[in-house]
Amino acid sequence: MVNGIQLGSIYALIALGYTMVYGIVRLINFAHGEIYMAGAYIGYFVAGYLGPFFLPTLVIPMLLTPVLALIIERFAYRPLRFAPRLAALSTALGVSIFLQNFVRQFIGADYRPFPQIMTPHTYNVGGVIINNITILVVGVAFTLMMVLQFIVRRTKVGKAMRAVSYDKDAARLMGIDLDYVISVTFVLGSTLAAAAGVLVGIAYPRIDPVMGLLPGMKAFIAAVLGGIGNIPGAMLGGLVMGMAEIMVVYLYSSKWRDAVAFAILIVVLLLRPQGLLGRQLSEKV
Amino acid sequence: MARSVKTETATRPHVIPGPVRVIGTAAALSALYFLVIAVAGHNPYYMQILSIAAINVIGAVSLNLINGFTGLFSIGHAGFLAIGAYTSGSLTVFLGFPFIPSIIMGGICAMAMGFVVGTPTLRLGGDYLAIATLGFGEIIRVVMNNIDKVGGPRGFTGIPPYSSFFWTYLFAVATVLIIINFVTSSHGRACKSIREDEIAARAMGINVTRYKVTVFVIGSFFAGVAGGLLVHTLQLAHPKMFGIMKSVDYLIMIVVGGYGSITGAIVAATLITGLTEALRFIQEWRMLVYGLLLIVVMLTRPQGLMGGFEVSFDRLAGLLGKPSADAGKQEGVK
Repeated sequence: MVNGIQLGSIYALIALGYTMVYGIVRLINFAHGEIYMAGAYIGYFVAGYLGPFFLPTLVIPMLLTPVLALIIERFAYRPLRFAPRLAALSTALGVSIFLQNFVRQFIGADYRPFPQIMTPHTYNVGGVIINNITILVVGVAFTLMMVLQFIVRRTKVGKAMRAVSYDKDAARLMGIDLDYVISVTFVLGSTLAAAAGVLVGIAYPRIDPVMGLLPGMKAFIAAVLGGIGNIPGAMLGGLVMGMAEIMVVYLYSSKWRDAVAFAILIVVLLLRPQGLLGRQLSEKV
Repeated sequence: MARSVKTETATRPHVIPGPVRVIGTAAALSALYFLVIAVAGHNPYYMQILSIAAINVIGAVSLNLINGFTGLFSIGHAGFLAIGAYTSGSLTVFLGFPFIPSIIMGGICAMAMGFVVGTPTLRLGGDYLAIATLGFGEIIRVVMNNIDKVGGPRGFTGIPPYSSFFWTYLFAVATVLIIINFVTSSHGRACKSIREDEIAARAMGINVTRYKVTVFVIGSFFAGVAGGLLVHTLQLAHPKMFGIMKSVDYLIMIVVGGYGSITGAIVAATLITGLTEALRFIQEWRMLVYGLLLIVVMLTRPQGLMGGFEVSFDRLAGLLGKPSADAGKQEGVK
């Protein structure tokens, strides 16, 4: 249960990036899982050089990975902004494959142990066994989600983002700089993904180049589950996914966890394609 | 984006009469077969690569029918390959089926699964379909991984080596001909209209959902056939063979070849298969190159290398200046 919340809040952090990018540019950013992987690797190196301190390990990746996301956006996605959607999707897949294998090639394909940031302590709070790493992961995740909510709801950029996601062309007519807003979206999404990467490194101390693939997809499922383009939905979806997965492992067998994730996806798509918190969109002609 | 739509044969200046076309095609294809045998027939390693190339042609062309011609975005093709592979393998190993029926059954099972998956998911928009097919492909892989009867994570071994280049070539030719016939028919035009503008197509009275499901089912059938051929060539099936990367391989083939170009899919499938083998010594770099290739091709030529271009008798005849029955023989690749 507690593990479910921990895993779920990590999925939720990644899912937010998917949902924001999709909400604004209508692109499934397949490379988002790799951004998360990059965050974990940067965290790994920071912790390796500076020593196992929590704050730099978390903050430096959160500052560096958005640069990567900006580069990807600028060189791979922006030229295709008005190209057919299939072209953009294929490019996103290409970026994903490229990043994965880039890391595999230049850093190594092996699993690497993430430096231990803090020694685990176990507490028993009213019968619930919980350890400090879980508290940390969930705490950081929720703080970041609140910050994001604040940015999107209360700031000018957030307002612009909402306007663009509502109607791109009308927003442009109102003088909103589309490229700027999209860049901000990518930056915010990748910051959260980087944080998720570091938190995963802390919670499950093992990182490898393909670590982004499955969590990336599951986070996407979480985004779909909550209603894509919907920020609270992504958080809820992430939690549901995390819980469901841990439940399967706990009740049945870990071999089926991935299949269950995708089964959830297909069931949700069939029953409620707009997601749990989504609203029905009419098809634009 | 403007696509070159193939004009009606009737409006072309150089039209080759039907019987000549059939004989020419048969002659060209058998000439190609014997040429390949003459060049590479003595080397089993080359023959195996050629078999795999032919199988990849089936996979790429059938995926191109779904993605390129109808504009759906399916990235779970490997799932159907897996179904065909495991079905066909099990039938020969456990029930002693002969080769051809087992392949056909593999195709039929994949087709049935395509129908089951396609009917509900094809109502979804393009991006959702992508993620649903991806999810489906993964589910298949996990299921195969957990069925101990067919080897589970150890892989399914001991499949008889029924397949050979002759059979894979034959199946590839049959697949290509069937799909060419489909896409040049009025059904094919309906599919292209869905690709160009789904809402307009619906307004023109095209049953969009039915066409999507049909195309998806046909594509799955041939993917199943490709999977069956693959296990009988390699004598082994392994869940890892049918992961996401396999689907992405096919996607790369049709992207590089050009969405909606049969010739492109064939050329790209053959080239990429050859390239994969040639790059075996730097295998870790292969995927890096693939990723870059995909990005660069999309950025510079979003329509793929061949675009909508097709090699055909009519075009060849046009090049030669007069309708000629020899035209096909000189350029074997159809």
